[in-house]
Parts: sequence; C-alpha cells; structure tokens
Amino acid sequence: MIEVGLTHFLVVSSFLFAFGLYAILTRKNAILVLMGVELVLNAANINFVAFSRYGNLGLNGQLMALFVIVLAAAEAAIALAIVLNIYKTFGHVNVDEIDNLKE
Amino acid sequence: MSIYDLIFYLFATLTIVSALMVVSSDNIVRSAFYLLATFFGVSGIYVLLGADFVAVTQIMVYIGGILILLLFGVMLTSNITNVEIKKGTAKILPAVIGIGVLLGALVSVMTRTKWKLQLTEIPQTTSFELGKLLITDYVLIFELLGILLLIALIGAASMARREQE
Repeated sequence: MIEVGLTHFLVVSSFLFAFGLYAILTRKNAILVLMGVELVLNAANINFVAFSRYGNLGLNGQLMALFVIVLAAAEAAIALAIVLNIYKTFGHVNVDEIDNLKE
Repeated sequence: MSIYDLIFYLFATLTIVSALMVVSSDNIVRSAFYLLATFFGVSGIYVLLGADFVAVTQIMVYIGGILILLLFGVMLTSNITNVEIKKGTAKILPAVIGIGVLLGALVSVMTRTKWKLQLTEIPQTTSFELGKLLITDYVLIFELLGILLLIALIGAASMARREQE
C-alpha cells in the first residue's frame, strides 16, 4: 500500500459525507437525520484539518474546524429543542409525516 | 508500511465501518452508540494530522456534549420498551444509487487531482498558537461565536419549555 498522504484523508471524509447524506435522505426519524448532519459536519472538518496540514496554510484550517465544532453544538441544541416540540405536538418524530408547524 | 500508516488505516476503518453502521442499524439507540465510535475515529484522524487541540475538543464537545444530547433526544422522543421505533425505508434504492454515484465522483476527484502538496510545520502542541490566533486574527469571529452560543442556549431552553404555560 502506498504511503498515507492527503488523498487518504480526503477519501475517508468523502465516505463520511456520503454516509451522512444517505442518513439525511433516507431516515424517517428526525434524530437519525440529525446524526447524518453530524457526520457531514465531521467530514468537512477532516477536510479542513487535512488541508491545514498539507496545504501550507498554517493553523487556520484547524481554527475553522474548531468553529465548525462550536456551530455543530449550537445546531444540535436548537434542533433537539425543535424535535422535542414536534414530539409534544404530533406524538412522533417521523419527518415524512410532519406537514404542519402547529396542530 | 510505517506505524503511522498502520494507525491511520486502523482509525479510518473504525470511522468508516462505524459510520456505515450508524446509517444502516435498525435500532436508533445502537446508531447513537456507533456514532460514538465514529467520533472517536475522527478524533484519532485529527491526532494523525497534528491537530491535538482539535482532537481533544472533538472528544469533549462531540462525545461529551452532542452525543449525550442526541441520546437524550432519542430517549425523550421514543418509547424504548416499544420495539416499534420507526426506522424508515423511504425510497432506499434511488438513494443508494444516487449516493453511490456521488461517492464515486467524489473519490475519483479526490484521487485524481494533483494537489499542490506543501507540508505545514505543525508545532508540537498547537494550543498555544491557536490561542494566539483566536485573540488576534480571529477575535471578531471568536466573540460572535460566544454570542451565538448564548443565543442558541437561550433559544433552545425557551423553545423546549414553551408547552408548560
């Protein structure tokens, strides 16, 4: 096998991105859709850090990854609050059956 | 094959296999626990890329925060004793074909592009340099993120409590 380089990391992140997108597209449970979003964000983060290492960009890429992690935390908190509200209103969290914002 | 390559393949396999299990598992709680392995693998990849602070932040925030939040979400929105957690099979075949094509395109682009490689000198510990960047070049984004987190916190709390009036 060839020596590990930038391409290897990019391929791993491509796989993560594809799996995350698959979860977003096919899963009905809102929590699983959220997990898909987290996978996609992680894929983007790997790209940031990998280019920061191999692209002579200093530590800027790593900082961007940190910012993405912060945004992911905020996004998860808000999304969970929305999901809880949906559950209180509809009694389930299946995103394909929710067609109203209120009862 | 050096030890670095070996560790990379270990973490890459862990990440990809557990991510596949996350999206294909029938049980939503099991999905959440496979997600733990994925986050751990990703943080190992950060370490291999010389990003120690990002790796530790990944473990603290993702595994210690976001994953716990997701688990709470799972347990508050579905009856665990009830096996019928709707996992959903909405149009699997077109999704698999589409994602397969997308993945093939992505991987071929990633592997064929002639990247202009120039290894960055990553310091032994990055937290000092990252901290300096945070309070110089990126101080505005840093402050804005603090405000954003505060807003998100207040918004999430008020949204989740609204029903109790």
